Amino acid sequence: MKIKRILSSSGGMNALSSLFAIILGLLAGFIILLVSNPSQAVAGFVTILTGGFSDMFNIGQVLYYSMPIIMTGLSVGFAGKTGLFNIGASGQFTFGMYAAVLAAVKCSFLPNPLRCAAAIIAGMLAGAIWGLIPGMLKALRNVHEVIACIMMNYIGMYLVNHLIRVTGIFDQLRNTTVRVPSGANMPSLGLNNFFSTKTAQGSIRPSSLGSGILIAIAACILLYIVLEKTKLGYELKSCGFNREAARYAGINENRGIMLSMAIAGGLSGLGGALVVLAGAGRGISVVDVLAGEGFQGIPVALLGLYNPIGILFSGILIAHLTQGGFLLQRLAFAPEIIDIIVAVIIYFSALALLFKNILSYIFRDKNESPQIEDDDEELEDDEASEADETNSLGSVEKEGELVLVESSLSENKTKDNNNETGGEPGDS
Amino acid sequence: MTLNVLIFIVQQMMFFSIPLLIVALGGMFSERSGVVNIALEGIMIMGAFAGVMYIFITQNSDSSSISGQVLLIIALVIAAVTGIIIALPHGYASIHMKSNQVISGTAINMLAPAFAVYVARMIRTVQQIPFTNQFYIESVPLLGNIPFIGPFFFQKTYITTYLGFVVLIISWIVLYKTPFGLRLRSCGEHPQAADSVGINVYKMRYIGVMISGALAGLGGLVFVIPTATTFDATVAGYGFLALAVLIFGQWRPGRILIAAFFFGLMKTISVAYTSISFLNRLPIPSAVYKMIPYLATLIVLTFTSKNSMAPKASGEPYDKGSR
Repeated sequence: MKIKRILSSSGGMNALSSLFAIILGLLAGFIILLVSNPSQAVAGFVTILTGGFSDMFNIGQVLYYSMPIIMTGLSVGFAGKTGLFNIGASGQFTFGMYAAVLAAVKCSFLPNPLRCAAAIIAGMLAGAIWGLIPGMLKALRNVHEVIACIMMNYIGMYLVNHLIRVTGIFDQLRNTTVRVPSGANMPSLGLNNFFSTKTAQGSIRPSSLGSGILIAIAACILLYIVLEKTKLGYELKSCGFNREAARYAGINENRGIMLSMAIAGGLSGLGGALVVLAGAGRGISVVDVLAGEGFQGIPVALLGLYNPIGILFSGILIAHLTQGGFLLQRLAFAPEIIDIIVAVIIYFSALALLFKNILSYIFRDKNESPQIEDDDEELEDDEASEADETNSLGSVEKEGELVLVESSLSENKTKDNNNETGGEPGDS
Repeated sequence: MTLNVLIFIVQQMMFFSIPLLIVALGGMFSERSGVVNIALEGIMIMGAFAGVMYIFITQNSDSSSISGQVLLIIALVIAAVTGIIIALPHGYASIHMKSNQVISGTAINMLAPAFAVYVARMIRTVQQIPFTNQFYIESVPLLGNIPFIGPFFFQKTYITTYLGFVVLIISWIVLYKTPFGLRLRSCGEHPQAADSVGINVYKMRYIGVMISGALAGLGGLVFVIPTATTFDATVAGYGFLALAVLIFGQWRPGRILIAAFFFGLMKTISVAYTSISFLNRLPIPSAVYKMIPYLATLIVLTFTSKNSMAPKASGEPYDKGSR
């Protein structure tokens, strides 16, 4: 009975329809593999599914790749909760990367741990400023945030490419920024050696994972608390649900828009900082191409249903597929198949109504209709918190199941944490 | 001297403005019917991909006796049809499934470049598709010889330039001078009212999305032909810029033309400033020139967006039961 209740709650429903979308996306990927090379298709499909956790090294790489897209996913998702579509995560991410490198290189007067912290904060602030500008234009001048964000992406990219040269952190030989001094990098906490493989020669091949992933996970939990448990989160969400109603209730919607965009920008900027400070030797390539991580945040957020915990798992899922696609090249398949799969998943997750209709037909309950429950959530305070608990519990459990297979220590820990904080009232 | 610079700028401007114009007009039909089409970028890529693929195959087959212009016209038709096919899933999701229109649009934007690269790499192992430019018109017969006007508009050009103006005029007539246009607009403003007088809102919205798909697909190829010699699974963000032009143009054909020309001019300055001697002599770093189109659009929007004239029901799924 309990399972039935969770499934028929809107959270469980959403998670189930996400699951359907993922299955359909993988199916589409399999068909494409089959069409392009029938003899290798099965091997290729197995690589996509299992390549990401075939050994500890690959698990480490999956978590490393998931770090920036979780952050940009959070950025898109947080703005999405306020009813804004933050397509500018790319520019915010780039600006965060730049500010972090600059601070790490120039703040040589600080002791090492402080230097790293200064770089992280600089990245966050730079991203926040880059997010705040479209937010201000939207709130004060009614400029469509999608257009403002797109323009800010390009402006940010060209400006950063220019600033890198002017501020003297340009490495001419590699056409990127100079390496961040190793002392200013974030500590790896032994994660890179834990997630590693032994090569044939017996030497250890460490993965690129560092403590950045812990910050990303912490950000997910923090945002979950902010959105679900604080007055600020409630105000921002109500702006997203119904702007007029929020204004009527005395919420300053303009402030909400600006704050939401600034926080979203800060999250993307933090993601950029985490990437350049990870110690994996990655800098900013000085080319006229927008940073892809920003755009990858959109599917991550959509698949995670804008829920911070959902985003954590969808980020890992997409990173897992990406790593699988990387390994797929050994079978002479183009790794772009992964983007196709993710796109199909996103498309079918948009068809949630289709699945919901099918599901609510199966799990019919006479006094519950998922659509109406959504609207009630924000109106009635007491009920809202209760409904929220069930929702989050449902989605956490389902999302948890999806990635449980590729479980690692840290993941399980977060899952437990959330069940503890979010689950109890719903169980009673 | 200065006249030559001016002619050069106008000729260059067309290459950037016309695709923006066509795609933004496509977006206009979709939004005016009530469906936000953020997938323009992806549809452009798919249209360009199909068109260039056709040109590539034809040019590499032995018996390619087709003249350049005919080849281009066939490729344009293919691009438009591809655009319609790609736009249909977006229409289905946002009209019948009442889904969030941004989501399915994002999915198409993601799918298109991946699909183009994947197919190109599976066929040719590299992702670029080259083509020979047989489509360039040095001077239009007769018209190119007209003094003054000739060099501006009828020399060093492509037929796609004139196609852009044809699309503009037809769009204006269709939208404002036909019963169909009135019905389409009513579906974007107040679908319930439209439905109450017997207009099939779903059908109108599907048509709007299909027109936007056709024009976006067309625009993709129109963008690639004059500005490149290989197709690299990208249209350089022009789909998003077309969206900006659409909003900047306040969802109206005439203003969209102005917006597209404005942006095209800015883009021309940013790309070709080294060939324009008085700009090249200014001590401004190249990054500033590159930023100009985007910065200028942002500034103009800041001062023009206060009274936005967006279609009222754009982006909202039509639900017969709601009031």
